[in-house]
Formats: sequence, C-alpha cells, structure tokens
Amino acid sequence: MSTAKPSPASDIATATATRAEICVTACAEAWRGDGAILASPMGLIPVLGARLARHTFAPDLLMTDGEAFLLDADGNVEGWMPYARVFTMVAAGRRHVMMGASQIDRYGNQNISCIGDWARPKAQLLGVRGAPGNTVNHAVSYWVPRHSRRVFVQQVDMVCGVGYHRGLSGVRGASPPASQQSATDLRVVVTNLAVLDFQTRGQAMRLRSVHPGVDPADVVKETGFELIVPDDVAVTRVPAAAELDLIRRLDPDGGRDNEVP
Amino acid sequence: MTVAVLTPDEMVAELRDGMTIGIGGWGSRRKPMALVRAMLRSTLRDLVVVSYAGPDVGLLIASGQARRIVTGFASLDSIALEPHFRNGRQRGTVELTELDEGMLHWGLLAAAHRLPFLPIRAGLGSDVMRVNPGLRTIRSPYPGGAGSQDGEELVAMPALRLDAALVHMNRADAAGNGQYLGPDPYFDDLFCLAAERAYVSCERIDPALTGPPQSLLLNRAMVHGVTETPNGAHFTSCVPDYGRDEQFQRRYATAAADPDSWQRFRAGYLDGDEAAYQQAVRP
Repeated sequence: MSTAKPSPASDIATATATRAEICVTACAEAWRGDGAILASPMGLIPVLGARLARHTFAPDLLMTDGEAFLLDADGNVEGWMPYARVFTMVAAGRRHVMMGASQIDRYGNQNISCIGDWARPKAQLLGVRGAPGNTVNHAVSYWVPRHSRRVFVQQVDMVCGVGYHRGLSGVRGASPPASQQSATDLRVVVTNLAVLDFQTRGQAMRLRSVHPGVDPADVVKETGFELIVPDDVAVTRVPAAAELDLIRRLDPDGGRDNEVP
Repeated sequence: MTVAVLTPDEMVAELRDGMTIGIGGWGSRRKPMALVRAMLRSTLRDLVVVSYAGPDVGLLIASGQARRIVTGFASLDSIALEPHFRNGRQRGTVELTELDEGMLHWGLLAAAHRLPFLPIRAGLGSDVMRVNPGLRTIRSPYPGGAGSQDGEELVAMPALRLDAALVHMNRADAAGNGQYLGPDPYFDDLFCLAAERAYVSCERIDPALTGPPQSLLLNRAMVHGVTETPNGAHFTSCVPDYGRDEQFQRRYATAAADPDSWQRFRAGYLDGDEAAYQQAVRP
C-alpha cells in the first residue's frame, strides 16, 4: 500500500467510523472467500472495499488500475488485463463485479441503460455495458449510494443485469431444456442504509443488516417493493480499528464521505 | 495490396452514404478524432456507426450524420455520460442497436473470422433480447461439461461486418503496419479485420518502427490507408504521447448541453480544417 499522509482522524478513537466507512467495510465483505478471481468494483466506495478486502481477509483477489494493468497490493504491476482479457475472465466466470444500479427490482434485475420507454427514453443513461454478460457468467453485487424508491422499483425499465427467475425467460424462439440452470449468482446489494441479499426461499430481496443507527422501517420506507424483513435484523458490523486505519490511509482525501455523506 | 498514404479528407472521400463504419478506441480513449472531424466536414450521411462509444459517436450524432449507433455504452470516461448520445436518444434523432459489450466483441470477431455468428451467453435473460428482435439463439449440439450444460441455449451473436474501419495508432509506417504504445490495444485489430477497408491515422508515420514487436498491432494486410495526424486523437487520450485533455472535454460536454452553445463550439473548433482545430486547441 502506498504510504499516504496520516488522516487527521487517525488518532481519534476508531469507534467513530463514519457511515461511508461502514459502507466500505460492507462492500469489502462482498468479496470474502472469493479466492483468486478478478474483483471489479465500480465507484469509489466499492474500490475502497475491494482494496480493504485484499489487504486483509481476501489477499488473493486480482485488481486492475482501472485501465489495463493488474496491480498488486503494493501498487506494483503484476499482470496485463486489457479489455479483451477482462471479457475472457467474464466468460470464464472468474470475476466478481460490484456494479451500480439506476434501478433494481425485488429479484435483482438491474438497469443502467435508460429511464422510461427504451424506444424514446426520458433519460438516456450509460447503456447496458457488460451487465448482461456479467450476470449470466459470474458473481455480481451492487452498490447504491442513495437507497430510495427511485432506485428500488417494482419493475426496471430495461433489464441490463439479469436477476433471479429470469435467467432464461428472456430467450425467445426455443424453450430452454429443463436441465439448463440459470447461472445467476447475486451476492449482496450494499446501500447507504443497509446490506441486502437474496438468501430467501424464493430468491426475493431481503434485508440482511441495517447500518448502525438505521431503523429497518426506514429501509422499508425507501424501498419501492415488498422487502423481506426478518424478525431480527442484524446490524452491519463496524470496521475494526486496523480496518478503519487502512480505509483512512487508502482514501486520505476523504472522497468516500462525498459518496456517502 | 498497396496501402495508400492519404490525407484524412482523402480517406473520408472513400466512404459513402449509408455505410456501416467501425470506429476503434474505447470511450474517450485513443479515438481517431481527426478522421471523425474530417467526416464532420463531409456531406456523408445515413451512417451506421459501430463503436465502444465516446465523443466519436457523440459528434456524429450532433452533426446528424449517424442514423444508427451499434454499441454497449457511450461514455467520456471521466464524464460518465456522452452528452450528444443522451440528446440524440432523448430527442429520438438516432437509432440504437444496444448490445452487451462482450457481444459487440463477439460480433467483430465473427466478422473478422468470416463466420455468420458466434455463440455467447451474454444477453440471455436480459432486455438486449427484447430490444433486438432480430437476435436468435442456438442450442449446443454437444454434450455438456467443463462449465456448459447438455443442449445449452446460447445467443447466436451475428457478425458485425463493417464497410470501413477507422482507428488511431501511436505509430505506423507507410506500408500500413500500425503500432500502439499505450496500455490497451482495445479492439482495433478486430475492427480492421471485420472491415472491407481499414483506415489508420497515427501520431507519426515512422519509416522504422521501434519498440517491442508485440506492440505492432496492425499488419499491412489488414490496412488500406494510412495518414499522419499529430494530436489526432485529441481530446481523447493517446498515451504515452498525451493524456486526455480533460479541460477541453469539459468544455465539449458543457457546450453540448444547449443548442446555442453547441453552435458556438462548432463554429469555434469544428467548422475549419484540422490545422485550424489544432491551432484553436493549442494551450
């Protein structure tokens, strides 16, 4: 890791993790146990999360510099990963991406393409990018910096990332053989309020944990579909002192607090 | 095949209305912008543009010359959304073939290999199938194993054949060999092989290309014309020769937000020739 200037907060008691720092730790947890795969975080807090994971409990993760080089934990080039090779890692299933979501529904269908009717959108966004391929090939998590009913919707306007129970229903012309299993592997959705997952019998989204200080009712209120809420909702863990120190050294300018105030 | 050393305007004069044109680079990285600017000065129209889209696509939408875009995204990288692409889509002035970025790769590879299609999983279950009703699927004729299943259903990604490809290299020689010196070749070699005719602009035509032979991405069998356009990828990045001109890109994106300011931008930078452009953007 690069030796950054010490954060002004580094000598303050580490019990005072900010919401952004709790989000970084929650993102890091997404990659726990993944082994030597390509971790592709989109957005500053997921990037900090993946780097935190690699510095601590997931040292085997591969990460790029955002362009074509694989950098090790110390920032040295350890490999070459141009886009063509990223696509091969996608198809090989050896990747876990954390993408954003302009819209996401109860079963994890995600939209980053456009809002409104696709033929003439109210708002054109990025486009599907690699979301369709990612979601049918390898593990996918999502990061939503502002948990709201605008994002957590009944139905997304354009299915980019494929959710559960849809895996093959979008195939036209031929019904897939019964033996063909969907490869959908959605891990977690981390937001500024909570961590959500799909570990329910029907693979509908459930509230896994609320961040410290957040009432589960607030999460329900900001979610535009019926969220599964267990009787006892866990509280998202706060970073340990060493983790907090790492986060602050990885992001000395505090950009994380702009993403989640 | 003889490779011609041409001017950008001579290259563009070989293109025709209605052609399908592939443009190399990625987002706002190593785009053949001098060739795009030459297209803006031409009367070309009704074009289908295949690209990992950035300001190349944005400019051809703003000029009204692109009828359809084939892409997975349009971005300026440091500015997430391409403003003219947004305008064109929201105003309904441009058609879109929206594909997963891996499907686009596969379509170019199929065309380069002269195959009608290549199978891929990307697209299955997504609305890419809904918005591209012409896409078909195919069932594997082989037993499963090694990650695939018996009779697996796959998308049959059709070849994306191009009438012409435009790419920008760091170096080339007059024979038509092209060299990239940056971190990523993107898909420029496939764009050239997928095309009937491939046109290469470069920072410098060098009679004796040096550096690792692995950086010689394009060979002269893939190329029909070469042109030297110093700073020709501006304002996109062309490392190690230069990075993206972020300040100018912000000016471009801001100007795109409003028709009057776009008119002024166009008059100030794009209505003249390449020499006038380079003079205007010189710091």
